[in-house]
Amino acid sequence: MNLRVHIAALLTALGLGLGGLLLPQMAMAQTQVADEPLADTALEMRARALMKEVRCVVCQAQSIDESDAGIASDMRRLIRQQIAAGESDAAILKYLSDRYGDFVLFKPPLKAATALLWAGPFVLLAIGGLIIVFFFRRRPTATANALSSAELDRIHAALDAEGLPSPAPEATTPTERREATASTERRDA
Amino acid sequence: MRRLLFVVPALILAALIALFWRGLDPQRNPAAIPSALIGKKMAEIDLPGLGGRPGVKTSDFTGQITVLNFFASWCAPCRAEHPLIKSLRDVPGIRVVGITFKDAPADSLKYLAELGDPYQAIGTDNEGRAGIEFGLSGVPETYVIDKDGIIRYRLAQPLDPGRLEKELKPLLADLTK
Repeated sequence: MNLRVHIAALLTALGLGLGGLLLPQMAMAQTQVADEPLADTALEMRARALMKEVRCVVCQAQSIDESDAGIASDMRRLIRQQIAAGESDAAILKYLSDRYGDFVLFKPPLKAATALLWAGPFVLLAIGGLIIVFFFRRRPTATANALSSAELDRIHAALDAEGLPSPAPEATTPTERREATASTERRDA
Repeated sequence: MRRLLFVVPALILAALIALFWRGLDPQRNPAAIPSALIGKKMAEIDLPGLGGRPGVKTSDFTGQITVLNFFASWCAPCRAEHPLIKSLRDVPGIRVVGITFKDAPADSLKYLAELGDPYQAIGTDNEGRAGIEFGLSGVPETYVIDKDGIIRYRLAQPLDPGRLEKELKPLLADLTK
């Protein structure tokens, strides 16, 4: 009991300590970026949505919405300015891609150079589907492994000897069913 | 005919080997961003000059071949390439223009006093707006702009002796012909 209280106290202390360490740093990180959101919430939301679609040219794997790089911050300011000036989303993205190339867009536009990028997954899926169809068509039916009527007879005989009821014949094809019935009749006779 | 299908995996393997071989090329930089502005007209910029020097304005670029260098006093690679930028002063028929990128004017002036000033004009880009107009991803970056204001070359890294001799100087010689 006492031990548990001690552990809880220790964890709380640790939590407070970590919180104390982290909070000033987070505050610093925020002051560093110094972004001024737009006053109009709807416009700010549009700006934020757009920032998520623009790749940071310094960090490359991050969007400018996530990046702390100086140029990402400049681009955020530019997007806010242009949205405040009444530019459309498409016009702003075009402005940026004219200067930085399609690279800067997380969603590359569909054109000849990017066609493979867009169609690739579907082409691969189609090829996979064709391969599956091809193999299932070619596969021989499973009759080769089916029990012969002599083997079935032995099973039934063994089950009879143990005094167990014979299971219903598991026939799938008409031939097998015929064979199964024939063997049962033979046994009955 | 169906036998030919057995060649398919071997072909796929060969294609993959070619692809990965290309990826192993030490000259290839996977993080390099292809420049979208080569062959296009430079953007309209009008930057105030540094410490009373002439500023940088797009209209000044017509009729002259310009090497445009973005730099900042806080940027260590800029110091490293500075002697090579200075050596461009000896290339006839061109002008060397600088843009300080997000730098306090006093710091830029101190940097130039210390390392030498090869620039005929220096604009100050405190907001980083001119940088965006050029598709800048960091400093230093160096551009060549021809007489018609068309961007002909972009180097998104410090200038090095190899690129100076093999890329920049031949291009400048070609443009000044």
